[in-house]
Amino acid sequence: MALLEIRNLHAEVDGEEILKGIDLSLDTGEVHAIMGPNGSGKSTLAKVIAGDPGYEVTDGEVLLDGNNVLEMEPEERAREGMFLGFQYPVEIPGVSNTYFLKAAANAIRKHRGEPEVDAAQFLKHVRERMQLVQMDESLLKRPVNTGFSGGEKKRNEIFQMAVLEPRLAILDETDSGLDIDALRTVSHGVNALRSPERSFLLITHYQRLLNYIVPDTVHVMVDGRIVKSGDKQLAIELEESGYSLFEEGSAA
Amino acid sequence: MSASNETIEQVTRKGYEYGFITDIEQEYAPAGLNEDIIRFISAKKEEPEWMLEWRLEAYRGWLEMEHPNWQKVRFPPIDFQAISYYAAPKKKPGSLDEVDPKLLETYEKLGIPMHEREALAGVEKPEGEKPDVAVDAVFDSVSVGTTYQDKLKEQGIIFCSMSEAIHDHPELVQKYLGTVVPRKDNFFAALNSAVFSDGSFVYIPKGVKCPMELSTYFRINAGHTGQFERTLIIAEEGASVSYLEGCTAPMRDENQLHAAVVELIALDDAEIKYSTVQNWYPGDENGVGGIYNFVTKRGLCAGKRSKISWTQVETGSAITWKYPSCVLKGDDSVGEFYSVAVTRNRQQADTGTKMIHMGKNTRSTIVAKGISAGEADQTYRGLVRVNPTASGARNYSQCDSMLIGDRCGAHTIPYIDIQHPGAQVEHEATTSKISEEQMFYCTQRGIGAEEAVSLIVNGFCKDVFKTLPMEFAVEAQKLLEVTLEDSVG
Repeated sequence: MALLEIRNLHAEVDGEEILKGIDLSLDTGEVHAIMGPNGSGKSTLAKVIAGDPGYEVTDGEVLLDGNNVLEMEPEERAREGMFLGFQYPVEIPGVSNTYFLKAAANAIRKHRGEPEVDAAQFLKHVRERMQLVQMDESLLKRPVNTGFSGGEKKRNEIFQMAVLEPRLAILDETDSGLDIDALRTVSHGVNALRSPERSFLLITHYQRLLNYIVPDTVHVMVDGRIVKSGDKQLAIELEESGYSLFEEGSAA
Repeated sequence: MSASNETIEQVTRKGYEYGFITDIEQEYAPAGLNEDIIRFISAKKEEPEWMLEWRLEAYRGWLEMEHPNWQKVRFPPIDFQAISYYAAPKKKPGSLDEVDPKLLETYEKLGIPMHEREALAGVEKPEGEKPDVAVDAVFDSVSVGTTYQDKLKEQGIIFCSMSEAIHDHPELVQKYLGTVVPRKDNFFAALNSAVFSDGSFVYIPKGVKCPMELSTYFRINAGHTGQFERTLIIAEEGASVSYLEGCTAPMRDENQLHAAVVELIALDDAEIKYSTVQNWYPGDENGVGGIYNFVTKRGLCAGKRSKISWTQVETGSAITWKYPSCVLKGDDSVGEFYSVAVTRNRQQADTGTKMIHMGKNTRSTIVAKGISAGEADQTYRGLVRVNPTASGARNYSQCDSMLIGDRCGAHTIPYIDIQHPGAQVEHEATTSKISEEQMFYCTQRGIGAEEAVSLIVNGFCKDVFKTLPMEFAVEAQKLLEVTLEDSVG
């Protein structure tokens, strides 16, 4: 059974249909990339899977381990092992990064019937995970994303993922706004977390991310639909031909 | 309304936990206000003649004053003749051991320690255990007991009820009472001066650092009464004290008036930290009942390098209307005001501070955080005045408002009056909402909606919470959780 199964997913915002029938199947341990031009609905797909209440699902199913997540609150989905790396991470003034992560980790543990994290052990775990994305330790004490540079925010997302160890990580344009060094670091973090127990859904606009994180499958999304799927070669073809080929194709 | 907005709304509705009534025999003054009532109160407290005269003078002044109307809070006219100005438990305790068990039970229920712990020689307190706090418990119009008085007396510290102070330390009371808030300062201060019942009196002698936190716990119990607390704190040269104040009242569908006056005096190099956690009954969700909290609080930094800090966490009262202020008279004196005010349902608040710079190189800091939910309306009103004498004066003000939902209001009215060209005054203000993005970000990490709201609000208030004494900070944080928490559907 696939870890994530999406069937005929339709979603709209303010009455405008963005997702027009998405089908996608992602197995445990796989890395899939979704590419597409601006406005194709990639980010909407990521947010709908994670349960952003700003979108309305009008048809279709999203199953995690065969369970319908559309009936779950976003926090329940997260506790079931779903993680969304935000394209625009949100600032939470006055709440330290560590405190925030501890609250999240404890909520997930409670859901699993596990005791709260031990403070000292948690800090050790957090420090180890910081190494993965070469994040400065001072960011731990700073309020969540507050005053972070664009690159720091993106690293912080990968760092949070590394700490929370989800089964399914959806990374929404994690590469945008990163310089080449930061992109390498972030990719290194993601690759280090690749495992047979963990799946990734990478949302990206550019092929360059896929030079560092090599996907098993690439999907091309245009105007709310997946118009083509293939292996990593598809991404390279896209880089040469651009999306216009598919846009015309979908119009035909 | 979107799902997360709905959650935030639900989270901000929650019952009041301290609304019980203590069933105890009490005696009252008949309702109404006239010179005979004032004589009655004074006689009940067996006051000396000078005190009665002081009250009567205040009363005569009050008669000529008009109820102010510049505030941004609305309420029907108060019938001052319908209020009983004195209520007290019938049984008068002689000492702490004789306090009515029902009263002790009341304070226990409220989490207020009324027992002195035996200090064991040579035994260190286990880590994490709460430090000792001396408590003066005021129940309606009288103090029912004060703990650790003897221990404090060893260092010359006086901590007692105002009534006791009038008897036992008349020279200090006469010297300082009404010197910071004059009897005719304002309508409610004049009323308080005429009818005040109990409150606390603190005197810290020269050079003494008070070894424990002092606190007064105000409880309104009786119906159809008002509470008119009067507190006076004096820190002599080089002395320091941290004082805490807490307040609760039963749930009643009438409005009850709490009109207090608090005066602080800090001499050379003295420091007073005054913290309030105000949790008076706020009324129900339709705005029925609740306390009118109309209070005059003012501190005088009389001496050089003296410092007065006000920290307040205001979650209760139907209406909060007060401006804890600092008069910075001594050169190099420092005034601080840190405030978190939460209004929800139909609560109203018009609160802030006044920093009056008179001495040279005086400094003041204002950090005010307002959180408004439901149909509540809140105003920050603050005055920063730099007199012509105050060369080198500096002020920094920061006023942040957070709105929860779309039917509440937040207003910031800063008055800045600069009469010295060298003054440095900064004012920053922001208004924000808990955004749906913030809620989704938290919930996506597995944090439940209720906890997310409390996390975000606590983060918003952090600048103020970190100025509270440790123990109080925890209490304030919990109070905020209780205030904002609700079952999420």
